[in-house]
Amino acid sequence: MISRRSFGSAVALSTLVFAAGLRRPGHASEEPRRGGTLNAIIQPEPVSLTAAVLAAAPTGIVGGNIFDGLVKYDRDLKPQPELATRWEISPDSRTITFHLREGVTWHDGQPFTSADVAWSLENVWKPLNPRNPALFRNIARADTPDSHTVIFHLTEPSIALFSMLNGNGAQILPKHLYEGTNVLTNPYNLKPVGTGPFVFKEWVKGSHILLERNPHYWDVGKPYLDRIVFRVIPDGAARAATLEKGEIHYAPLSPIPLRDAERLAKLPTIKVGTEGYDWLTSWLYLDFNVNSEPFKDTRVRRAVAHAIDKDALIKVVWFGFGKAAVSPIPSSLKAFHNPDVPLYPFDPKRAEALLDEAGLKRGPDGIRFTITHDYLPYGEDYRRTGEFVKAALKRIGIEVTLRGQDTAAFTRRVYGDRDFQLASSWSSTFPDPQIGVTRLYTSEFVGRNIPWSNGSGFRNAETDAIFKAAATEPDPAKRIAAWKRFQVIAQTELPTLPLVELKFFNVYAAKLRNAVTRGDQIFGPLTEAWLDEPAKSQ
Amino acid sequence: MSAVGLIQRLAPGVRWARRLAQIAFIVIGIATVNFFLLHLAPGDAAEVMAGEAGAATPEFMAALREQFGLDQPLYIQFGKYLGNVLTLNLGYSFRQGLPVSRLILDRLPATALLMAASITFALVAGAALGFLAARRAGHLTDTIISVIALLFYATPVFWIGVVLIVIFSVWLDWLPVGGMATIEAGYQGTAYALDVGRHLVLPAVTLGLFHLAIYTRLTRASMLQIYGQDFVRTAVAKGVAPGRIAVRHVLRNALLPIVTMLGMQLGSILGGAILVETVFSWPGLGRLAFEALFQRDLNLLLGILLASSILVVVVNIAVDLAYGFLDPRVEIS
Repeated sequence: MISRRSFGSAVALSTLVFAAGLRRPGHASEEPRRGGTLNAIIQPEPVSLTAAVLAAAPTGIVGGNIFDGLVKYDRDLKPQPELATRWEISPDSRTITFHLREGVTWHDGQPFTSADVAWSLENVWKPLNPRNPALFRNIARADTPDSHTVIFHLTEPSIALFSMLNGNGAQILPKHLYEGTNVLTNPYNLKPVGTGPFVFKEWVKGSHILLERNPHYWDVGKPYLDRIVFRVIPDGAARAATLEKGEIHYAPLSPIPLRDAERLAKLPTIKVGTEGYDWLTSWLYLDFNVNSEPFKDTRVRRAVAHAIDKDALIKVVWFGFGKAAVSPIPSSLKAFHNPDVPLYPFDPKRAEALLDEAGLKRGPDGIRFTITHDYLPYGEDYRRTGEFVKAALKRIGIEVTLRGQDTAAFTRRVYGDRDFQLASSWSSTFPDPQIGVTRLYTSEFVGRNIPWSNGSGFRNAETDAIFKAAATEPDPAKRIAAWKRFQVIAQTELPTLPLVELKFFNVYAAKLRNAVTRGDQIFGPLTEAWLDEPAKSQ
Repeated sequence: MSAVGLIQRLAPGVRWARRLAQIAFIVIGIATVNFFLLHLAPGDAAEVMAGEAGAATPEFMAALREQFGLDQPLYIQFGKYLGNVLTLNLGYSFRQGLPVSRLILDRLPATALLMAASITFALVAGAALGFLAARRAGHLTDTIISVIALLFYATPVFWIGVVLIVIFSVWLDWLPVGGMATIEAGYQGTAYALDVGRHLVLPAVTLGLFHLAIYTRLTRASMLQIYGQDFVRTAVAKGVAPGRIAVRHVLRNALLPIVTMLGMQLGSILGGAILVETVFSWPGLGRLAFEALFQRDLNLLLGILLASSILVVVVNIAVDLAYGFLDPRVEIS
């Protein structure tokens, strides 16, 4: 899951024509041009530039240009060589051998070797990976027979591991700068030294982060850009104005409100696109608090599901941008998604019947009961989603009070104090549901004050067993079957109601080419990007 | 009366010592209230960071809390904080990985520049407009000025900011949208100063317009009040030129409330700056404080609040002293 506040203005853009790719047909054969400064927006300002210690989106976007991964993911989310040129998996799936690229140096000139990878595994990925550290703890040890070979010895087979080996999921830190220090407080987290196509130059807090081209990059001739300036622009209207004026070439993470995006997309100088987020795959949902009234009763949860017209929600609030979600695994994860689950079509009559059955009859004023709904405090779109839910539930006799708060108060309320009834949230699945979905349903995390993990309070022995078995299942087919079974249980018990498969967007200057060339582009480097007319040099 | 008399008999050194003790007492009081008030807010810095990461594990949260000192009981945290305050140590921002004093000093020049520019603009233009309105009281000029002042007074600052951006940056393309300098240009010396100046115009004007309206109204009102007094009538009767009366006799005497207002404007240095710094991406202290609040970076926020409370106290003393200078009838005790 990625930075939350930044998507406050995440919007839907039904009326926009999305560029299928940034390359226009007429330019397909053009040679990339070297040079120029790319002006980009980063918002909110990152806390750290090292994704290995903080997995927030702004960190990933800037740091993604400074670091490489063992692998990168192509548009089909298949691993492709990056720092590892090739790899072999043993027949028992318990040994993975990576052959590392030779002649790669860190930005300070030190050679990149297998020792950096082995050290990062033990000291960074295992203790600090926030998404799924078990993935890395399953690697019993890493051998380094020579300076360019790393062998991972796994306790149990792990298919999901191969979804987390890019520069964001498993960022390799320079051992010579981190060894013997506290990784969380190492000063290089703020001025990182990587192996990637761009070198960290300066960070003026509150203003900008400057990266310069790495002249010694292993992919000779690249990157094409001379430098990247990530500007911190906290106000949405000001972001739209800089884009309109042409001061900015690249603005990721749904940077502006929908109305502005719609207007700007009509300008010849600007393009809006949704590519590059495939690695994340995000979805919006409602969490019922299954430990308290009235959502203890499954029938009440199902009634709410029948009362919400997801297509109308997408049309009205998300401007047609997104897709109705029917299960906790979005349909874009084709192998894992199970469309054959209880569906809860929009049917207020059925909803009312379920509530009657649960003994929650309409009172003389037409109201069955009153609840409070805590909507995700990420801005306009989420508040409007809350208003939509309020209106939908009013129809079946449930009076809803909306409660606004800031993010810290929200996460404490839902994940710590569990003092809520109905909350909205969104989450990223990643290419393997083990990484992004387990957390939301496992009983292990209930009420432990861990943000964005099992908000509903769902405890189910069968799903817990599925998570455990699927994590170590070497047979992809059996694993997929287990995940499909999980979706049936999740949608039958319905602790969490999936609403929308979200899409986020980037705004680009039309003259920026090849800004998206990979499936994990949002957290990857702009190695291939180039400006059709180099920015005027001053 | 006897207390005042006693103070007046004391040596100036003792008076100042007493004053300093009062200041220290006030500052420590403010610091204590701030500490407990901010700790009432639900959630902590570790939760916020885990929230931004989008995922976390219990081990990661525990590591963060230990690093931030949040695993300690509140009274120990307060004891440490009070110790820091007494030694004028502003503490350490674990989120930013830097000492609070360093973070404040990094941002202070930007805010100071913005403040100086906007206060000068508001004061000079506001006093001039108020002076003009008072001299033409009841005429069309007065009406127009009063309406404009009312308009600036009533319009939200962020809205003015956005409108100015749209007009002067996007449509006319005269001025940059935001930021403090053209980063990629790498200007030096005079070129850099000019570049910063160009970036400064819109935020300074936006921030100044509200106070400009206040100064206009204050100057006009207090000048009109003084016009009604006997010594002005005497001056008129003596045949002093109207312009000289307005400047020497009326304006000078009308300055006291303006100085009061100036003190208050300086005191609200952070509050006013938050919106303008946000709209214009100005890397100043107001935004630092505002973001620290949402991030529950309490060390940083407490540090900024402490620094600004000291500033307010100091400005208040300066205003008191200025009263005595402007009007010898006011005694400083």
